[in-house]
Amino acid sequence: MNRNNDHGRRGGVDLPGVSNAEELQIRLRRYDYLADEGLATAIFLALRLSRPLFLEGEAGVGKTEVAKVLSRLLDTPLIRLQCYEGIDVYQAVYEWDYARQLLHIRTAEALGAGEDRERFEAELYSREFLIARPLLQALEHRGPQPPVLLIDEVDRADDEFEAFLLEILSDYSVTIPEVGTIEAGRPPVVVITSNRTREVHDALKRRCLYFWIEHPSFEREVEIVRLRVPGAGEKLARQVAAAVQELRRMDLYKPPGVAETLDWTEALVALDAKELNEQLVEATLGSVVKYREDQQRVRAPGIEKLLSRVNGGGWGRADT
Amino acid sequence: MQRAAVAFGRVLRRAGIAAGTDRTLEFVRALEEVGMERRQSVYWAGRATFCSRPEDLKLYDAAFRAFWDEMSSGELPPVSRRKERSAVDLDSVQPPKKTVESDPEGEEAVHLRYSPVEVLRSKDFALYTAEEFEELRRLLADLRLSGALRRSRRLEPARRGRFDQRRTLRGALRTGGEALRHRFRAPRWQPRRVVLLCDISGSMAQYSRALMRFLHAGVISGARLEAYAMGTRLTRITRELASKDPDRALSEAADAVRDWSGGTRLGDAMKEFVDRWGQRGMARGSVVVILSDGWDRGDLGVLREQMARLKRLAYKVIWVNPLKAAPGYRPLAGGMAAALPYVDVFLSGHNFESLEELANAIASTIEEGDRA
Repeated sequence: MNRNNDHGRRGGVDLPGVSNAEELQIRLRRYDYLADEGLATAIFLALRLSRPLFLEGEAGVGKTEVAKVLSRLLDTPLIRLQCYEGIDVYQAVYEWDYARQLLHIRTAEALGAGEDRERFEAELYSREFLIARPLLQALEHRGPQPPVLLIDEVDRADDEFEAFLLEILSDYSVTIPEVGTIEAGRPPVVVITSNRTREVHDALKRRCLYFWIEHPSFEREVEIVRLRVPGAGEKLARQVAAAVQELRRMDLYKPPGVAETLDWTEALVALDAKELNEQLVEATLGSVVKYREDQQRVRAPGIEKLLSRVNGGGWGRADT
Repeated sequence: MQRAAVAFGRVLRRAGIAAGTDRTLEFVRALEEVGMERRQSVYWAGRATFCSRPEDLKLYDAAFRAFWDEMSSGELPPVSRRKERSAVDLDSVQPPKKTVESDPEGEEAVHLRYSPVEVLRSKDFALYTAEEFEELRRLLADLRLSGALRRSRRLEPARRGRFDQRRTLRGALRTGGEALRHRFRAPRWQPRRVVLLCDISGSMAQYSRALMRFLHAGVISGARLEAYAMGTRLTRITRELASKDPDRALSEAADAVRDWSGGTRLGDAMKEFVDRWGQRGMARGSVVVILSDGWDRGDLGVLREQMARLKRLAYKVIWVNPLKAAPGYRPLAGGMAAALPYVDVFLSGHNFESLEELANAIASTIEEGDRA
């Protein structure tokens, strides 16, 4: 099997020293991102096949983080498009610079250069007066490596925008009536995230490689905490990770994600904590559990109950 | 490699994953990258290329295990096209084929069993004959289902509103750079999403057959609509109901719902809805319709809490209870009493006329308000 067939033509991204998912996993780790084998394989394939990577999962499991680490790893800009309801082409792709256009008209008038109307109009609607929004920026980028394009929370945009996105992701080009077609030199590395507030259309998903990110396991979460909050000691990191795992089992409306784990650890470190105790948890609970009902659910049986499960729930002995 | 990939694609389709040719080709390309030697690599490559929603993952795991074992033993499934649909008990959702021809009383029987449209409209669904269900299909096709309007954040040209630079400048070009006419944009009005949660437990059996047809008619009408079946657990059936042919759509929904005519745990099913879908955005600002008799064998506290959450999220909560039409019915007992304080509109839904009423309630804004 020829493993390296026609990458050039498809424009897959080659990383020196990375020839399989395992090596990518190690590389990601060096950039402070811990991916399991599945995610590493999905990212690896997305780069080699130059396919958009579609990431779904609970809020706070590190979907956006994937795009950020890729941009660091590839040493290329991260271009971010935050989706929201009502987003349209003018906010996502391009917008004319009206103020400058008006000024140009006035100047032309003053100089009496406005005679050749057709030429003048063409000038007015040229690339010069175009403001590039994220998608156009990504397509126009020229450099040794393609940029990373993060299309964040695509589920917040509406169907019309999705259809438009599908078009762009199919041929990595966009046509602006007055200017013409602008094509990407190399397809950008596209990461699309969704919180699943609604089902994104199949046609869009079919263009992508799909990965569902789970909450990390206890051991992995300890590693993440140690890696991202170096100020936290081993004992604190293990306790925090164990407590978060317990909280996720408590049937909360908003179970804490990795982002909350890190916030919490940072809060604890700021309070100079070496290990968890009741007062500390009480004081910092708001940084990990963010709904009033959820806080009540944690406090009702008593914080010491949570701590006893943290210390006696087999979490401590899980180290191998 | 290709043969293996195609065979795997077929296994997945049989398991219920939308593994089309395009994805199979993508899988082949992925295999070229990761190789076929390691089970784990093949597993992850297939998962990234074939799956597209969390529900797929479990199906995928099972299918992969079966496939890998078969392949390792050197036996690929035969290439012949087997019938891929599993046998289902269609009886619960599909009327029996017309037996009129073989009926000894012939034509007579047809007349006796058939009600004219006017009678049919007010006839209780529980008394419908199989032929009348066929007729219901035609009635439902004319029912317009669309959520109450809300202001969208998308703007469209309008006579007044926000100043529209783009179009004003365009106009100015035509008048020598002078913006003689100012243009404006204003938010567009858009129908709200409608979420239908239909109780399919045993106690609703007489009605769920007709109500599922109502759900189906809604889904294929192209309205922004999501449909769920509530039994002992919650199943999203929007996709299954998307087929134009009602019999096919309903049998696909029946396939997806494993606990048809079983028990109800309304509170738990509602909780699953709010947790997994509602809170993330599906219920936010939507018109939520619950079609249920309100029997709940679970903890009523759960139902009450979930109704409160739903009420906070939704624009409007409508409860449709076929028992309401029964003379002397009072929503005093159990789940219905627990839920009622959080319900904006309380309707019966036991015949076609009441479904028309439901369609009106779905489309009207709260200000026009018909409170429960």
